[in-house]
Amino acid sequence: MADSAGRTGERGSAGRVRGALAPYLMVLPAGLWLLVFFVVPMVAMVSLSLQTGDLVDGFRQTFHWRNYTDGLHTYGDQFVRSLWYGLLATVACAVLSYPAAYWIAFRGGRGKTAYLMLLLLPYFVSFVLRTVSWKLVLTDDGPVLGPLRGHGILPPGFHVLDTGFAVVSGLTYNFLPFMALPIYVALERIDPRVVEAARDLYAGRAGAFARVVLPLSLPGVFAGVILTFVPASADYVNAEVLGGPGDTMIGNVIQSEYFDNGAYPVASALSFALMAILLLGVFAYARALGTRNVLEAAGR
Amino acid sequence: MSGVDPAFSRGLTRPRMARSTLARRDALRLLGAAGAAAALSACGVKGQGRRAEAGRDDVREFWSGRSGTGELSWANWPGYMQDDHRTIKAFEKETGITVSYKEVIQETGPWFGKIQAPLAAGQSIGFDLMVMTNGIQLEKCRRLGYLAPLDRSRLPNVAAHAGAAFRNPSYDPGNAFTVPYESGITGIAYNTKYVKEEITSIAQLFDPKYKGRVGMMGDSQELGSFGMFLIGVDPERSTPADWDRAAARLREQRDRGIVRKYYTQDYVDAVSKGEVWLTMAWSGDVYSLAGPDVRFVVPREGGTLWTDNLCIPRTAENPVDALTLMNWLYVPANNAPLTEFVNYITPVPATRQIIVADAARATGEARADLTRLSTSPLVFPSEGDLARLRHYRRLTQAEEVRYQRTFEPIAKGS
Repeated sequence: MADSAGRTGERGSAGRVRGALAPYLMVLPAGLWLLVFFVVPMVAMVSLSLQTGDLVDGFRQTFHWRNYTDGLHTYGDQFVRSLWYGLLATVACAVLSYPAAYWIAFRGGRGKTAYLMLLLLPYFVSFVLRTVSWKLVLTDDGPVLGPLRGHGILPPGFHVLDTGFAVVSGLTYNFLPFMALPIYVALERIDPRVVEAARDLYAGRAGAFARVVLPLSLPGVFAGVILTFVPASADYVNAEVLGGPGDTMIGNVIQSEYFDNGAYPVASALSFALMAILLLGVFAYARALGTRNVLEAAGR
Repeated sequence: MSGVDPAFSRGLTRPRMARSTLARRDALRLLGAAGAAAALSACGVKGQGRRAEAGRDDVREFWSGRSGTGELSWANWPGYMQDDHRTIKAFEKETGITVSYKEVIQETGPWFGKIQAPLAAGQSIGFDLMVMTNGIQLEKCRRLGYLAPLDRSRLPNVAAHAGAAFRNPSYDPGNAFTVPYESGITGIAYNTKYVKEEITSIAQLFDPKYKGRVGMMGDSQELGSFGMFLIGVDPERSTPADWDRAAARLREQRDRGIVRKYYTQDYVDAVSKGEVWLTMAWSGDVYSLAGPDVRFVVPREGGTLWTDNLCIPRTAENPVDALTLMNWLYVPANNAPLTEFVNYITPVPATRQIIVADAARATGEARADLTRLSTSPLVFPSEGDLARLRHYRRLTQAEEVRYQRTFEPIAKGS
């Protein structure tokens, strides 16, 4: 009797040891992955961003901070433009996806999954191919502008391709699901009875939306904004394919400095500057709107 | 486990449980510290420079013990092979070597970016033969020792049939690492449906009346050379002060909205459709790919003459087969069908007689095409024409940095 009780006790404490280790063990694979593929390269990149030299003679650590100041000075326009385009695309995504997500969540009925699938269907096609196909659509004599020009609605020199408008449109299109899905998830979790209660308490349709549905869905919007804004600002494919000479974004500069010129230090410095700016932006945003909202949304 | 006092285990585990979040944070902090230490100790990236000349020993060392495998993987530019791959098929049939042909090179800069990392690590890039334009990136490949030194004894046809202008080029003395594939001219293409005057000069690319209808090339050597032609400077003899003056004009052209886009390869499509009306262009592209309304001119200020070269990456898996192809392409009869299609300047002048003979035998449209080709000054330029053409500026490593700093930001919008 005593023997068996002892054994149970033993088993219990051993379980507790294992229980204490469990969080570490579970984090280990992801942690190692991040260490090897994120932390180590990042540290190497920080180091590289302060070096001088060239590909043939090699790069040496000289703590050359001018990589940062020169980079920001030369490509300041591209930084500002990237953030501006990112912002425009984010706003456009929010405006476009909120009604769609709302409709699917509340009016989708049994077809919800099918509608979501339809929303996501274009994203099964490769990113670059999607962007290039926009080029075909927006070309001067393409299916959109061709007929309009034919009817004399557009001035002769008018074009969409190779403009900032085309780049922002491409960004909006390509990052739409990153906005639509979190909003949908937030809306879908709202208990319809809460809305009914609001109506019972004499709130109008608009009032119930503004004071009940919208606040409850905001965490989704907040998460969507971050998920859209960060990659959209750093994107370079859209500006490359759809933009003109005045529409290059910082991603294009980093790409060409790194791959075309082999100017690793400058490219690294620009990458880090971009990362710092985006991180600061996200922190400021989380502060202003309350971390709880953002974390809660991210936690879903 | 049986020897352990339960209380002891509890003592070990309980407080740990309570502190576990803190401990996790400590672990993260530790990672950060390790990272910072690594950052400080990382003192540089090793230089990869090698001798850019291939000694006889180097050649022997590379080629000894290697033999053909019957396979060959070839990286080339778009528009550089017949659509039905006729030339490749003829080569396969004659030699029994299977060729995998990919049009993966769009621009020399990005191509170099793609192959640089594996070549630096001594790994295969998946290609045994690639076509690179003379210029900054080819120079880098030579200096970094990325190219196999060519065994000239296995290239008898090159020795016998290469044109005088293609032997011993300044960018690769003694053809130590490269043999020319095709040469071409960078000039201006314009669409006669929209442009109602004759285009003869680079200055017309800067004319405000073509606002938003001009295409320029994004490549800094092409762009810079045209800027220098405009201010009357020979790119080959240019100084950094000339670069600054040329860059200022190019920047002005961009900022006044005259340039619609800086192109890589896609200008052919844009000028054929009329998205741009006049654009910097490569001679052969216009003949083989553009629509009937598009005309090509060598501007009176001058044009750039460049050469695309066959070369073998040092890490190639089938270098002997690559060498076989190089040699095979220099047989005039093998080269003629290729030149008939690509419309660029062939390094094998004897090809011309074959094209003339083909034209005499052909009828109708084919005959007109071949005759036009064999008499085209852009495919078989006269000595006088060649004298008007200029080469890219050769750049030392230090000059290259300065040159790129001057011209690269223009196409990038700053």
